Amino acid sequence: MYRLSRHVASRGRVAIATRLIRGEGLSPFPSPCPAAQVYSHGFHSNRHVAGALQTGDGKPSDSEIQKMGGASANTPVHVPYETYKDLSTVLDRNMNTLFMTELMRGMSLTLKYFFEKKVTINYPFEKGPLSPRFRGEHALRRYPTGEERCIACKLCEAVCPAQAITIEAEEREDGSRRTTRYDIDMTKCIYCGFCQEACPVDAIVEGPNFEFATETHEELLYDKEKLLENGDRWETEIAGNLRAERLYR
Amino acid sequence: MQRCLLSASLRRASATSLRRCAQRQSLLPCVHVASSSTPRGYATVASSESSPPACSSSPCSPSSSSSSQSARLSSHQPSFAERAKNARGYASAAAAAAEPAKAAPPPPASDTIDVEVDGHPVTVPKGVTVLQACDVAGVEIPRFCYHQRLSIAGNCRMCLVEVEKSPKPVASCAMPAMPGMKIKTSTPLVKKAREGVMEFLLLNHPLDCPICDQGGECDLQDQAMVYGSDRGRFTGYKRSVEDKNFGPLVKTVMTRCIHCTRCVRYATEVAGVQDLGVTGRGRDSEIGTYIERMLTSEVSGNVIDLCPVGALTSKPFAFTARNWELKSTESIDVTDSIGASIRVDTRGSEVMRILPRLNEEVNEEWITDKARFSYDGLRRQRLIVPMVRSHDGLLEPSNWPDAFNAIAAALHGVSGGEMKAVAGKLADAESMIALKDLMNRLGCTNHVSEGEAVDADIRSQYLFNSRLSGVEEADVCLLVGTDLRSEAPLLNLRLRKAVISGRLKVASIGPAQDLTYAHEHLGTGASALRDLAEGNHEYLSVLKGASRPIVIVGAGLMRRPDKESLLVAVQRITEQARIVRDGWNGYNMLHLSAGRVAALDIGFVPGPQAAENKTPAAKFVYLLGADDIEAGDIAKEAFVVYQGHHGDKGASMANVVLPGAAYTEKEGTYVNTEGRVQMTRPAVPVVGNSRDDWKIIRALSEVLGKRLPYDSVSGVRQRLAEVAPHLSRVDSIEPSVWLNGDALAHYHASALADTPFEKVVDNFYMTDPISRASQTMAKCTAARKKEVAEGRLPHL
Repeated sequence: MYRLSRHVASRGRVAIATRLIRGEGLSPFPSPCPAAQVYSHGFHSNRHVAGALQTGDGKPSDSEIQKMGGASANTPVHVPYETYKDLSTVLDRNMNTLFMTELMRGMSLTLKYFFEKKVTINYPFEKGPLSPRFRGEHALRRYPTGEERCIACKLCEAVCPAQAITIEAEEREDGSRRTTRYDIDMTKCIYCGFCQEACPVDAIVEGPNFEFATETHEELLYDKEKLLENGDRWETEIAGNLRAERLYR
Repeated sequence: MQRCLLSASLRRASATSLRRCAQRQSLLPCVHVASSSTPRGYATVASSESSPPACSSSPCSPSSSSSSQSARLSSHQPSFAERAKNARGYASAAAAAAEPAKAAPPPPASDTIDVEVDGHPVTVPKGVTVLQACDVAGVEIPRFCYHQRLSIAGNCRMCLVEVEKSPKPVASCAMPAMPGMKIKTSTPLVKKAREGVMEFLLLNHPLDCPICDQGGECDLQDQAMVYGSDRGRFTGYKRSVEDKNFGPLVKTVMTRCIHCTRCVRYATEVAGVQDLGVTGRGRDSEIGTYIERMLTSEVSGNVIDLCPVGALTSKPFAFTARNWELKSTESIDVTDSIGASIRVDTRGSEVMRILPRLNEEVNEEWITDKARFSYDGLRRQRLIVPMVRSHDGLLEPSNWPDAFNAIAAALHGVSGGEMKAVAGKLADAESMIALKDLMNRLGCTNHVSEGEAVDADIRSQYLFNSRLSGVEEADVCLLVGTDLRSEAPLLNLRLRKAVISGRLKVASIGPAQDLTYAHEHLGTGASALRDLAEGNHEYLSVLKGASRPIVIVGAGLMRRPDKESLLVAVQRITEQARIVRDGWNGYNMLHLSAGRVAALDIGFVPGPQAAENKTPAAKFVYLLGADDIEAGDIAKEAFVVYQGHHGDKGASMANVVLPGAAYTEKEGTYVNTEGRVQMTRPAVPVVGNSRDDWKIIRALSEVLGKRLPYDSVSGVRQRLAEVAPHLSRVDSIEPSVWLNGDALAHYHASALADTPFEKVVDNFYMTDPISRASQTMAKCTAARKKEVAEGRLPHL
């Protein structure tokens, strides 16, 4: 049964692909167009083949398919040439050509957008909207007391697929677990957002900032100081985004 | 739900921890089922297809006084006691009988019973518990309080299983398996019971996996993932418990404790210190020392491995690394002569922690605190560049060619008889053989391995012949001039296990000491030994009446001037009490350092001339990691070369310093006190400009024009095998021949000096350059001193 279904599935895929190449769409219903009919027959025949195969030796013969009304694999497909000889069709086509209706329609669309509101923005001075889920530059957040959130659990380091994060930790004087080093290589980072998903205390986040291009590679090797500074700078926006997303996390 | 997420993240990061946990706990009497998940280092034991008759070799019999203490402390139910004894008595008997030399015949059919686990019939030995039967069947039962080397407490209830015809689920760790029992471990009832127990355990367990050092290798975390529910119904306040101060090694976060009492049972039963206990009842129960004090055991670090949660973790390791970032290398410990199997966990080029490996023959699954915590000494006081002493008397950093040329210049005009080579405590066999070959080529035969002058002529005279595991079969033990707690704590654990099971009686001659178990103190010095040897002491009759007597001679005695007379006296006792008899050699010498037996095996001892003090004072001294040498031992004008890894005493008196590799950085052969050949493995690269020790000597030989004929480590091993063939057979013990009194025939047995035997190791925590450089060991020493000053401990 497994082999059978695979066989049928592949036959079906071939048929669908052919239909798409011919520009016939994927409607399972026989279309009135004669050309399409040939193929819808082919489509149906496949389904019959499925039934035949359940009892047969796995390969249907041509005669079987023809008996069921389908086209044999060896029969050349005949596509009839379409000719229009009735008056109304001929008149329609000539009028279209004479009055350049297509050109008019195109120009009217152009005119319509000429008066509509502009979608382009004057980028450095104007900004487009950003989703609260936007994953931009990283930041390390603090609690409202000023205490850094990161507890050096190293889950972000473990989950990072690009291995862009490096953490070293030790016990702080008050006995709490803190990082002594938190580095992100922003040139390695692929901005997948796994780090902020792994973080149990919402310490590392990808903020809304995407304008941090630098002139040198070294400037993109962020350390803890830089990340905390980012957090301080973007805290309002980051907190707002997190609030907006609260329901979905 | 959040717990689930946290746990999932931590779990993902350490996928192997559950498997490792399973391996650690699969020590069980494997009988008719071949063990497919054999733990590493345990292959020879677990593959035993024979099951010996059950014997009463329980390591900690409930009948002993200390266990009744544990019963009180750990709400140990007396009714479980007999079962515990039976079950574990079998376990250790299986381990003992699995030694190749003493394979027992297969047991009679009456010693086994048939049970059914999840529909599969299994044959298990009589007296095992349901949990052990399930383990034999390959069915994993979750557990927290059960541990195969501790008594059975049955208080975590995680191991509940269903037994047919039993109205309630039963705690499998405490229920003996009965013939025909039908055990079911995957029914809805069992699943519900486990989920319920897990929910109760998590009621008060804090949700701090991200900051917990156990995270990623936590039994509770793993089992909550597998057996727990994804939500709890408890909405009240979690309880919190004040953290205790257990000293500089064990960090406590007592809120995380689930009261399995493994640590309490370990301290009272295995370590033999009555330090830990449970106070309070129910929700108020707490584990602690009652009054604040450090754990006074030399093996206290093992509670960290035993704790199934993050309540007890390593203080020096705290927060420094996660277990999934560590690379493990299997190696052996060199801080004492036992040679415990260890695992060196590293991150990058740093040793982050050291854990024990299971090795039934040597260390079971324990290691000493010095082995576990002295690794921070590997980062301090290291020699990283060659140094040469300049004209103004200061050691200046130099380079290898200059250092070698300085040595070559100093050797000019010095005859072989005026040279001396001293090997230190941590020297490996490869570097010693290379140094010996080089010195021989220079015409020098004065090789000393520092410390005690032990005679290397007869191998059985300097080995621990009964083997470490053999002491558990002995029935009488005489300790002569050895302080086991500071010289070999792991051996002391074995003796304690045998003593409290009632099989072994121990007597000691030497300074009075607290061995953690009952023993008879026969005298402080040579007079008691003389009385025994001359038959004037009543204890001789006890020794004579023993069926398997052992005597353990501390190698520290070999520092005494009357050592020959001492050895002759011991030999006389050995003969009278028939300590060496057919199939049993109970004469044991306990060495103090890891490098000593290898040095004796390859003959790194003074040549005939040097031995008779016919050599003049040495003008050229080569110290191979020798740091216990006194400045007075070396003539002022002598040229001293120090090769080693730490800037300790040896380096400070040297004219040229050659930086070598520590035991975590090289592949070195060591032989432990029982003659077992073992290897360390490089876990981290060498620091700075230092090199493997044998390579340094090989390079120096080229500069001196006495080229040594080997260029690779396999070449050195080949040379080692020429000198001592058994050194090529790693992890085996070459049997040695016992030559009754003939070995000592040339000794001058003068009258024994009446001076008492002295403690040889004055501070257990600092015995070698690594542990002397370790801050953790310094903290331990300070904490011990405080305990001594406050009168809670007799000595360091």
